[in-house]
Amino acid sequence: MMEQWLPLFFVSVMGLALLVYIILDGYDLGIGLLLPLADDTQKDQMIAAIGPFWDANETWIVLGVGVLLIAFPRAHGIILTELYLPVTIMLIGLVLRGVSFDFRVKAHSDYKGLWNRLFFIGSLLAATSQGWMLGSYIMGLRANGITYVFAFFIALALPALYIMLGCGWLFIKAEGDLHARAIYWARQTVLPMGLGIFLISIATPIASAAIAAKWFSLPAAIGLLPIPVTTFMAFSSIYWALQHPAVLQGRNSWLVFAGLVTICLMSALGLAYSIYPDIIINRLTIEETASSAASLRFAFWGTAIAVPMIGVYTFYIYRIFGGKARALSYE
Amino acid sequence: MEFDPFSLARIQFAANISFHILFPTLTIGLCWILLYFRTRFTLSGDRDWEYAYYFWVKIFALTFAIGVVSGITMSFQFGTNWPGFMERAGNIAGPLLGYEVLTAFFLEASFLGIMLFGKERVSNGVHLLACSLVTLGTTFSAFWILSLNSWMQTPTGYTVENGVLMVGDWWEIIFNPSFPYRFSHMLVASLLTSGFFVAGVSAWRARRDVDGPATWKVINTGVLLAAFFAPVQIFLGDLHGLNTLAYQPAKIAAMEGVWETERGAALTLFGFPDETTRETRYAVKIPQLASLILTHDLQGEIKGLDEFEGEHPPVAMVFWSFRVMVGVGLLMLVVSWWGAALIFFHKQHQPLFLRALSVMTFSGWVAVLAGWYTTEIGRQPWLVYGLLKAKDVVADHPTAMLMTTLVAYLLLYAFLLWSYIYTLAYMATKPSQSLTALAQAHDDQVNTSQQEAS
Ligand code: HDD
Ligand code: HEM
Ligand code: HEM
Repeated sequence: MMEQWLPLFFVSVMGLALLVYIILDGYDLGIGLLLPLADDTQKDQMIAAIGPFWDANETWIVLGVGVLLIAFPRAHGIILTELYLPVTIMLIGLVLRGVSFDFRVKAHSDYKGLWNRLFFIGSLLAATSQGWMLGSYIMGLRANGITYVFAFFIALALPALYIMLGCGWLFIKAEGDLHARAIYWARQTVLPMGLGIFLISIATPIASAAIAAKWFSLPAAIGLLPIPVTTFMAFSSIYWALQHPAVLQGRNSWLVFAGLVTICLMSALGLAYSIYPDIIINRLTIEETASSAASLRFAFWGTAIAVPMIGVYTFYIYRIFGGKARALSYE
Repeated sequence: MEFDPFSLARIQFAANISFHILFPTLTIGLCWILLYFRTRFTLSGDRDWEYAYYFWVKIFALTFAIGVVSGITMSFQFGTNWPGFMERAGNIAGPLLGYEVLTAFFLEASFLGIMLFGKERVSNGVHLLACSLVTLGTTFSAFWILSLNSWMQTPTGYTVENGVLMVGDWWEIIFNPSFPYRFSHMLVASLLTSGFFVAGVSAWRARRDVDGPATWKVINTGVLLAAFFAPVQIFLGDLHGLNTLAYQPAKIAAMEGVWETERGAALTLFGFPDETTRETRYAVKIPQLASLILTHDLQGEIKGLDEFEGEHPPVAMVFWSFRVMVGVGLLMLVVSWWGAALIFFHKQHQPLFLRALSVMTFSGWVAVLAGWYTTEIGRQPWLVYGLLKAKDVVADHPTAMLMTTLVAYLLLYAFLLWSYIYTLAYMATKPSQSLTALAQAHDDQVNTSQQEAS
């Protein structure tokens, strides 16, 4: 019967939207974090590499929150109320970042430096507060010491992932100097990021008994093995590619980005397995909070038609702006 | 008002949405105007239209960016400030907001990239299509959000189970009784606001001589657009008022400052409503006009505030914001018709008129905010009219935290608004490169033809 799997459908769409958000907005937030390290022409090139995309990238988080709201209103209320402060900080960060983008080229050139700095600060606020929220969410939104420590570490780890994504994107879009700089940045970041992911994977089951129970019981543990193995393989190929930068020139420039996408995907699968069938760990299940069937059915058709369409035109737009980034011009 | 969490959450929500709405109002209208410029260029090949497009698309991009980021803030605020609202009305509000994301936001955000930066990469036809899709996106967006807002004003098509609102009939929910009025009134408000905006900025450019012939085309477009839509808006506003009288009589009583139910009610032009004495001081009245306007009958009955003791909105705010909106609307009518007459006689270069246009640049913002305040404050104390009160659904955050974030938001918005206007003024003084090139080419052409003539 349709009603039964509707909540599951929506929770998957929500997960997908947030995953796509982390990957897509991740690379442009990452570029924002790297901006202060670049010289003036490189700054312009970096912005050109994300200019046509950032707005649509951000829309994925609106979809994620939107689906949470459509399908799980009670969870939406609880999560956003408990995360009030980090959400506010993230929003302020996203606002600063989104507008700096435009102001930096349009304001009087005296202020370009100011807007560059605000672009960086906005990206930093957004990336760290997202990390903090992810951390608190994994800990079931409980207000205690362990949660804060854990959230604090993810608040550091997520920006590292974003920086890597930013570099991965620059390998595809940039040439010459900037390409070389990006390799340098990525080499600095790759190990801290790897360590971060590793520690989080270990810390999660230690900090949360409920999650530990799910992972370390046979036969689940064997079935789950592909997740850490694939992650490790992806990480190794990224590491290898960074040591052989020639690979990242030309046709295989997408290699690092693809590796990172794989890592994100695996982490998302792992997380989904840890949380299911709850929507807030140990507090609220998907079933308990789902909207009425009539609402879900109405929203289902729109979602089932619109999301693939969004996929198609997103693909089309990435095609149009494919290849190495050129200077942005309205004319 | 003392600063308890409830009023702070309200002020915060109101501040954010007030800031947000300034930008959609411009982008919705600007989109249509840009589309018009693009189409004129495609059809006629006249480069002036293309240059007008280039100049305004930059301002559009800036406006859009602020609209997007402040909108993202809005989409989180339902959860952070009114969690109870989503618990009680989420079955209805959720899907409406969801459809806005699915049908509108992705469309506009995705094709915006092509519209802004894709000119060289796609054919003229595809570019025109991208512009149309962005325009369509902004209009869809207004459709869904206004549908939700109208439903909150005039709820229909729902049932109640254990205090939770359930869906009865989607058609009745989406096309609820006040929706057609609100949607059309808002779209026209956007067109008027952007009409005066483009005309005002261009007049400023013209007065400082940073102009090419394209600037005059923009002025004419803005003025004629406004001249056409100003009377339409007044007509729609009148219909909207009749609808409100039917569904929210307490709001009308506050808008008109009618304290007691009466027949042949006078229209109060000005005055100071005072809720403690329940009278309007220093009122300037026109006998029987309110009854005539609202019931189309000189002796028609208008319900007074006395029938809604304890359940009616704060009177003075509603009374005044309504007058500000209508005042600006009438002013728009006068200025745009004056302009249309000047254009007809080819006298639009008149300095007094250009000055008046510049003064009116942001007049739309004033009217839009005043209109929304009338609407939103006028439905107090209800959140969903007759069903759900705002104070029942507020999140209980600590006062200090709300105060801190409120101050942060206000500072941020003040800074952004200032930067926006400052940057706009800066862009307006810059002879856009293309415009200069164009003026040059034009002069050369004039020179050659003069030489040929002599
Ligand atoms: C009458 C029109 C209107 C009204 C009343 C609102 N908006 Fe809005 N909104 C738009 C018209 C619009 C728009 C024209 O579609 C925007 C403005 C600029 C833009 O980029 O899109 C937009 C942007 C925008 C975005 C960013 C979309 C993106 O990523 O592209 C979000 C999330 C919201 N809005 C959410 C809201 C919420 C939750 C509102 C009410 C509480 C709201 N808006 C009121
Ligand atoms: C876009 C222009 C809008 C403006 C300028 C605006 C303005 C306001 C103001 C001033 C208030 C506070 C009223 C008071 O406390 O006395 C308010 C409250 C509210 N509005 Fe709006 N509003 C707008 C649109 C919307 C839309 C589109 C929605 C929903 C779909 C909405 C939902 C709410 C809610 C939930 C509250 C809070 C509860 C309350 O105080 O009544 N508003 N708005
Ligand atoms: C001059 C004649 C006008 C009249 C008679 C008029 C009338 C009205 C009425 C009756 C409302 C509804 C309040 C409610 O019942 O909720 C309203 C709302 C509103 N008005 Fe006007 N209006 C006029 C001009 C304008 C102008 C010039 C603008 C903007 C450029 C504008 C923008 C708005 C907005 C944004 C709202 C709130 C949204 C809505 O309810 O549609 N109005 N107006």
